[in-house]
Amino acid sequence: MSRIVVISGGLGTPSSTRVLADDILAHLRDDLAARGETLEETVVELRELAHPVMDAMLTGFPTGELARVVDAVAEADALVVVSPTFSASISGLVKSFFDILEPDTLAGTPVLLAATGGTERHSLMLEFAMRPLFSYLGAEPVRTAIFAATADFGAGSAALRTRVARGSAELADAVAGAGRRSSRETAGFVDFQQLLAG
Amino acid sequence: MQFGIFTIGDVTTDPTTGRTPSEHERIRATVELAKKAEEADLDVFATGEHHNPPFVAPGNPPILMAYLAAATERLILSTATTLITTNDPVRLAEDYAYVQHLSGGRVDLMMGRGNTGPVYPWFGKDIRDGIALAVENYALLHQLWREDVVTWEGRFRTPLHGFTATPRPLDGVPPFVWHGSIRSPEIAEQAAYYGDGFFHNNIFWPSSHTRRMVDLYRRRFEHYGHGRADQAIVGLGGQVFMRKNSQDAVREFRPYFDHAPVYGGGPSLEEFTRETPLTVGSPQQVIERVLGFREYVGDYQRQLFLMDHAGLPQKTVLEQIDMLGEEVVPVLRKEFAALKPAHVPDAPTHASLVAARGAVAAPERTEPSVDRWTGTRAEDDNKL
Repeated sequence: MSRIVVISGGLGTPSSTRVLADDILAHLRDDLAARGETLEETVVELRELAHPVMDAMLTGFPTGELARVVDAVAEADALVVVSPTFSASISGLVKSFFDILEPDTLAGTPVLLAATGGTERHSLMLEFAMRPLFSYLGAEPVRTAIFAATADFGAGSAALRTRVARGSAELADAVAGAGRRSSRETAGFVDFQQLLAG
Repeated sequence: MQFGIFTIGDVTTDPTTGRTPSEHERIRATVELAKKAEEADLDVFATGEHHNPPFVAPGNPPILMAYLAAATERLILSTATTLITTNDPVRLAEDYAYVQHLSGGRVDLMMGRGNTGPVYPWFGKDIRDGIALAVENYALLHQLWREDVVTWEGRFRTPLHGFTATPRPLDGVPPFVWHGSIRSPEIAEQAAYYGDGFFHNNIFWPSSHTRRMVDLYRRRFEHYGHGRADQAIVGLGGQVFMRKNSQDAVREFRPYFDHAPVYGGGPSLEEFTRETPLTVGSPQQVIERVLGFREYVGDYQRQLFLMDHAGLPQKTVLEQIDMLGEEVVPVLRKEFAALKPAHVPDAPTHASLVAARGAVAAPERTEPSVDRWTGTRAEDDNKL
């Protein structure tokens, strides 16, 4: 069983961001099945957690449903992160969600990056805004990142499907090939003799 | 069990009147709070240490502690916290030992790292070295209080050669030390290693943080052979605001909560009281909440309350301390005492530490082997 958490940063209901997330998820289910894995997915609409995310930013700790989502992300075998493009970059809400995670929460976690935007001219946002963020967080973004512009949901949809299929397959490979990540309960613990030794 | 109050000495505008106390008023108010704590039959008054506005907690707590030692009779004077990172351990050894003498042993202290990044460079330090500073500096302080002549070399201060920190601790027994941390396991480990106390501020954070840290400290305390896990010395903070009717407490405290620099613009008062140990209500609600702390940390030795922040007027804070002393603490003392098993110790005091030391034969007092009038000199051979 592979636990995959999908983080969708769309603001509308339905949003094109969520539509893209669902497309990816459908592919992932098949791709994992083909590798003998079942999918246990959790889809998170960040819009519903916008206030708690900001509270966590101010207090330093997540509470309630947000705390459960943070735990699910920490325990996940892989993430799919789909952000709208705002002002030529990752949405502030999506960025804020990843800002409130404890250091090393995503260490070694495979991630499929995806974004939506009004025009395909924003597509490099995935490479200059999202990929460095997840590299910094120690996650392991797969090679393909998926951008869906408005046009991709119409006439360009065949090309989008190809990208979704490729990204999903890469993530499924990463998940199927990886060992389970270790528990973080004792993260940060160092024996005192070692501390004293500097 | 010991009960008391701790203060961070914030100078904050009262949001209901727009009035900001002067530094002078706030400093005098701090003295008044300590005296009130003794009058209300509390056991402990702990002062913060601060180096930046808007705080007037002393940069060197022993200055305030020395004054309070003269102005009180029974109160234990402590800190919340002493910065073990940016202070020179030599000065800590000297100043706290001195105030220990002045107060007749009514002194202990709590080590903290300080989480204000800009403060570190003012003292030539770097916040990224926080843990390493806490470990090295405390190891030196520990040694300076227990060995008359210390030769030492480390990473963060100049080496010491044949150095004697004076005055020597009162009766040869160093002040008891607590280590405070919200969520650094290294500090719980440090407290456990030395068999010192561990204090969790238990405010601003969900109780799960407190539970996790205390649990680690207790396990490691036993690991290092200081006693059973449930005999480790634990202190907690807490924050309360009380009125006879809980609705009145909420109504009166809300503007302070909404505008306090540490809370303002974040979760609502209701969310915060649900998610953290902050309690705003009747004295009975406070009693129940505090008794509940025991359920996640076990039997513990010291409970301190933060009463005087966020711009609350001094008159209100004094009333709060009276309520604490009259309606809350007497009940808590009785209830906690009834629950505590006999093998769980009380918080160490100077008297109990002297008695414990006596049991294992007091070390012989010897004069430090240096020139007794001037100390060692540069031109001395310094072969100690």
